Amino acid sequence: MGLPDASGDLSSEVEVDAFRRLFPLRFYERHLSESIRPDGRPLGRARDTTIALGAVASADGSALAKIGSTTMLAAIKMEVMTPSMESPDEGCLAIDFHMPPICSPIVRPGRPAEAAPVVSKQLSDTISSSGMVDLKELSLVSGKAAWMAYLDIYCLDADGALFDAALLSAVSALSHLQFPVVSLNEDGRVVVVSEEDGGKPEKEPVNREKRKLTLKSIPFSLTCILHKNYILADPTAEEESIMETLVTVVLDSSSQLISLYKPGGPVLANTSVIQVSFSPLKHTL
Amino acid sequence: MEIDRVDGRTANQLRPLACSRNILNRAHGSASWSQGDTKVLAAVYGPKVGTKKNENPEKACIEVIWKPKTGQIGKPEKEYEMIVKRTLQSICVLTINPNTTTSVIVQVVNDDGSLLPCAINAACAALVDAGIPLKHLAVAICCCLADSGCVLLDPTKLEEQKTKAFAYLVFPNLTLSILPEGSLKVEGEPVEQAIITSVTQGAMSVDDYLHCLERGRAASAKMSAFLRRSLPPQNPSDSSRAG
Repeated sequence: MGLPDASGDLSSEVEVDAFRRLFPLRFYERHLSESIRPDGRPLGRARDTTIALGAVASADGSALAKIGSTTMLAAIKMEVMTPSMESPDEGCLAIDFHMPPICSPIVRPGRPAEAAPVVSKQLSDTISSSGMVDLKELSLVSGKAAWMAYLDIYCLDADGALFDAALLSAVSALSHLQFPVVSLNEDGRVVVVSEEDGGKPEKEPVNREKRKLTLKSIPFSLTCILHKNYILADPTAEEESIMETLVTVVLDSSSQLISLYKPGGPVLANTSVIQVSFSPLKHTL
Repeated sequence: MEIDRVDGRTANQLRPLACSRNILNRAHGSASWSQGDTKVLAAVYGPKVGTKKNENPEKACIEVIWKPKTGQIGKPEKEYEMIVKRTLQSICVLTINPNTTTSVIVQVVNDDGSLLPCAINAACAALVDAGIPLKHLAVAICCCLADSGCVLLDPTKLEEQKTKAFAYLVFPNLTLSILPEGSLKVEGEPVEQAIITSVTQGAMSVDDYLHCLERGRAASAKMSAFLRRSLPPQNPSDSSRAG
């Protein structure tokens, strides 16, 4: 089993599916040496990506992003809160990433997935370091009221490149976000005006003109697998489980580096590899 | 190019390093690593029989448990656990003890910036102390990018909060053992030029990042030398510890 030429002989005799299950790494290496991947993509090509805005009607902003079959649903719920004493003119953005058992056989009900808090932390780091959302825009009345935005991302189908899809859906949901209309009530408190009230609110709304968030620079990410001398863009879950070294590069629309994330892995990245992994991303920007 | 740091260091100056190992009696291996006021204690138990669920039983499994100084573990600690685990996996020879689990417990004693690099260095020293087979050592360092574009090495907590971006980098240590010709090079670059782990926060230009890499790499050579000095070959009579 350990001999390389033994499996080479086997590959011509065993069925392809059996070979794929028994020697997954060799199966992939045979493909890589031909510069193609088992799903028919060249090494550097990402899967087809679609975004649908407004997928959740009850949310203030939402988006459904798909990269290949990896599916992420992001939704934002806005609430009025009293800002903290340290930052009276700033709102708050809370990001949470969920991996329910529906998304992958690895996730069991009742036990949270190991990857979920990591992706969640990565997302909030990336969104805060890119400076995409100006928290001052979430302020309503300085020191009195500000928006608390709950951004929740649900992974519906985990087929690799989770962070890329999660970031894409989060950014799309933020771009789709529309602030609810609020007004001051008799007690001087800021309340949300429900639209079914019949057209004529008694009080003047506080935020009539400003209903959209201005996104400054938009971050894009690409995850690549490093294996020997090959670089595979946008891996599937199967590829991620077989070849373990992942590198995630996040650039924003002004070509600033937001994050270069390589958590260990058996393959070491040298400078040239890093520079190469930038290029496909720059190409897409 | 000169920049004033709060503690009077130059931009390239590290805080005083200290490493002691074999400090816990029951652990199979233990080490403490401190960089200035940041101090981390690491203990290694194992290899123990069996792997955890969802791990490959054909390989040795490494489990990292992060204990913060106070309070419960949250998302940042979970992320640190994952990064330390992946980093250690890449330096261990996992095929030697298949179907075993090695637990690495990282206890934060004090956090004054560069916490994750400090923890990786401590864990690496503890693995050596426990006699876990390693391919090479790993040296971790934090590079901070100041507003002026200067790279500050080994920042304190205050500096980390003030600067616009920072990067945690882990480099492999120079391999001293004999290896087959050519295996020391990855695409023409010597292996110690490569990076094992990179975590960045804050926006920076690509050139700034490469600049950080260069500085970090230069400083990691000094830290490797220190790590090696503080890990003298263990004498065989030292095997009195039991689990």
